Amino acid sequence: MVNIITELAKYVMILCLAVYTLLGFQLVRREEEGKRAALWAQDFLLFIMHLTGNGILYLSTGNEKVLCFYGMQVFAFLIFLLLQRIFYPRSDKLLNHNLLLLLSVGLLMLARLSFDKAQRQFQIAVLAGLLTFIIPWIIRKAGRLRDLYWIYGAGGLMTLAAVLIIGNTSFGARLSLTIYDVTIQPSEFVKILFVFFVAGMLYETQDLKRVAVTTCAAAAHVLVLVLSRDLGGALIFFVTYLVMLYVAARQPLYFLAGLGAGCAASFVAWKLFAHVQARVLAWSDPFSVIEEEGYQITQSLFAIGTGGWFGLGLGQGMPAKIPVVEEDFIFSAIAEEMGILFAVLLIFVYLCCFYMILNIAMCLKDAYYKLVALGLGTLMIFQVFLSIGGVIKFIPSTGVTLPFISYGGSSLLSMFAVWAIVQGMYLKRGDEVAENEKEKEQEQRKKK
Amino acid sequence: MKKKKSRNREKRNSREYTNVLWIITGVFALMVGYLVWFQATESRSVINNPYNARLNTFEERVVRGSILASDGQILAYTKVAEDGTESRIYPFDCTFSHVLGYADYGKTGLEDMGNFQLLTSNAYFVERFLNELRGDKNIGDSLVTTLDVDLQTAAHDALGTRKGAVVVMEPATGNIRALVSKPDYDPGKVEENWSELSSSRDSILLNRAMQGLYPPGSTFKTVTLLSYLREHQMDGSGYAFHCTGSVSVGNSSISCYHGTAHGDLDLTEAFARSCNSAFADMGRNLDVESLQTLSDQLLFDSDLPLSFPYSKSSFSLDEDDGEALRMMTAIGQGDTLVTPMHMAMLVSAVANDGVLMVPRFMDRTENYTGQLVERYSTETYGELMTAEEAGILQEYMRAAVENGTASALDSDAYMAAGKTGTAEYSSDKSKSHAWFIGYAAGDKPDLAVCVLVEEAGSGSEYAVPIAKRIFDAYYAD
Repeated sequence: MVNIITELAKYVMILCLAVYTLLGFQLVRREEEGKRAALWAQDFLLFIMHLTGNGILYLSTGNEKVLCFYGMQVFAFLIFLLLQRIFYPRSDKLLNHNLLLLLSVGLLMLARLSFDKAQRQFQIAVLAGLLTFIIPWIIRKAGRLRDLYWIYGAGGLMTLAAVLIIGNTSFGARLSLTIYDVTIQPSEFVKILFVFFVAGMLYETQDLKRVAVTTCAAAAHVLVLVLSRDLGGALIFFVTYLVMLYVAARQPLYFLAGLGAGCAASFVAWKLFAHVQARVLAWSDPFSVIEEEGYQITQSLFAIGTGGWFGLGLGQGMPAKIPVVEEDFIFSAIAEEMGILFAVLLIFVYLCCFYMILNIAMCLKDAYYKLVALGLGTLMIFQVFLSIGGVIKFIPSTGVTLPFISYGGSSLLSMFAVWAIVQGMYLKRGDEVAENEKEKEQEQRKKK
Repeated sequence: MKKKKSRNREKRNSREYTNVLWIITGVFALMVGYLVWFQATESRSVINNPYNARLNTFEERVVRGSILASDGQILAYTKVAEDGTESRIYPFDCTFSHVLGYADYGKTGLEDMGNFQLLTSNAYFVERFLNELRGDKNIGDSLVTTLDVDLQTAAHDALGTRKGAVVVMEPATGNIRALVSKPDYDPGKVEENWSELSSSRDSILLNRAMQGLYPPGSTFKTVTLLSYLREHQMDGSGYAFHCTGSVSVGNSSISCYHGTAHGDLDLTEAFARSCNSAFADMGRNLDVESLQTLSDQLLFDSDLPLSFPYSKSSFSLDEDDGEALRMMTAIGQGDTLVTPMHMAMLVSAVANDGVLMVPRFMDRTENYTGQLVERYSTETYGELMTAEEAGILQEYMRAAVENGTASALDSDAYMAAGKTGTAEYSSDKSKSHAWFIGYAAGDKPDLAVCVLVEEAGSGSEYAVPIAKRIFDAYYAD
């Protein structure tokens, strides 16, 4: 009986997410007036899916705590939507929805994998929501934050260097610092500073000297991360910088040259470092080293393949067989139990976020914020690419978390910050439009 | 004017953003495409892996499906007792042991290859739904193999109590019609007999057809012959040799079987009568490099397109290897080692005008009521030799039946061709493995066979009669 319900539920969830995603893509383009109905529908689908998923989890585990946990989530989501409505009535609802959707899927999967971790993730999410709540207001009001770019650059770089020297090692990479029992991954936050730094450097002038200085600083960031063996982080910084440079300078040559340099550097790294070779081997022929380097990726492929298009159903698979499944490999667990179709739709949700952020960037007039929006969007979507591409063996795995879904406090908090900054810029765009209209009105009045 | 300018600028400005958008969209399209491709084509072979613990959980919800012969006869099925205990039954006992494998104590053979299909139920969905509702197990899909009960039985019986292997394959499709390895075991009783089976000196559990490595003996003369013909523009008419029963190599000698002096021979006679002296002499003058190239083309030392566990055949000969080794290699007594499966594939390619078909064990899966679920297509592996070369080899192999070591296969019902082999495997020259590789054509699709009888004697005496029983059984009706 439980099997049947699990079986049906997974179709319900796939269907909900499909319609949700479709509406999401429509909402990216549509103007304010036509949005209401679609937004309500998204709200509805979001909560139906959330309810279905948690219901199944309860049925398959029989754990009453699941129900309680579900209640807390719903409460928090509703409060969040309410607060947004009160304090930021003009914020972008689509981005809010996508945030909640990704969070709810992440919490659901985590609760299935490790209830303790799910609860901790939830606490962090609430904290992150509160901490970042003020960010949109700051962005909207702040005047000269952009002039402090050298602080962002130097501060970020020094933080990364500190991690390299005194950080904790996990899985062969130096990623985290422990301060008063709290372990954080500074690079998650330095990413954001880095975007502000690059935007500050490049938004006004893009002469050769500026570009050279900025490139050196960016290269320093990347180099420190490579030395910390944080290959995923290094790639994210690198690509984000390339895209920002290309758009700021409007020079495709920069992009191509950078890409070439990146390829050459990757090749050299592959030649020189055993840990890079191990990752490439695990990607190119994991089955030949199935007990060693290839273990994680093959388990991930087993999970995805056995799950199939529609998944085995929540609680019916064996995602725990994949090492680090709650963090870097959570996408495989989702694909295994909720289905490849669901997982693909989730990818579309991320793309939808990216389109929305790019849309905001294009509509903004302020060159600085345009670049910031672009940079943040790029780092988010590229992180998604590295994470998912790695676990499905599309590219070598670089050990990157999936935004809003993977377990991990720093990752979650930094993504909340990204999202809040983007919301702030959306509000800014609204202000610009309003100003524009005022000016027009005044002009017309003058004419009269 | 000013306004227009600024709008232009805006447009230009947004061009880069649009480009970024398209690049990211493209990269993601590739990634999603890859994921979909993986699931649609790769996933099945990937997940059917002993390291994938998930398949075991399938057994809790599905009764393992049946394995059928190509005509629908049941080769393996699961019987569910009233109290729900399941037992795997093999109606033909030992006959299909190695090719079916076993499922109770780990999994091998087809039980392993088709594990995923056997544990997946594509029964009518209402029925599946009701079973789920009642908490009953569904019945897994049936695997329809390419195996033929008559041919398998003929091969199994003909090999008798001897150790060895037989592979029967359709050259045009790659269909494996029979695969025997002896000694064999009862696949239904592997668990209870495990200690005996696994500790036996005869390696009962070893699938000799796939994993046994043997010196090829005179069957290798087919390779030597092709190499010689290639050096002579595929024209063997200039060849002549006078056989005195042996040739000397340094201070030892290579002699013909039983020391027979074959007298004056042309190339066809030398091959058909399997003259060791002639081929050893040929080996003396053969270009080592082109023989090496040929052995690569014929899949020595390389991966074979097989989903069963198998051993790679090995061939090695260098320019600096002595004359003796070159001569021994030419008659299949050097360091060369082959599996019966590989030899079956080679002779299939000869029979199929040079083209090797991927050996095919599984024809289709059906749900337990017989409705088709999936059909597995035949696959061409590629050309091992040109059609012209294959045609010429066919003539030489035909001569061995018409007027040579395989003359017992001369029949009205079919036209057989092949090559025998008698492979010494130790310093004791009286002990040898008997080989036959060949094929037959008649009013049915061609059939290729490879027979290996361990520690028996000459190929014509011990291997050819087994091939004959298989061809007779096949063309009888």
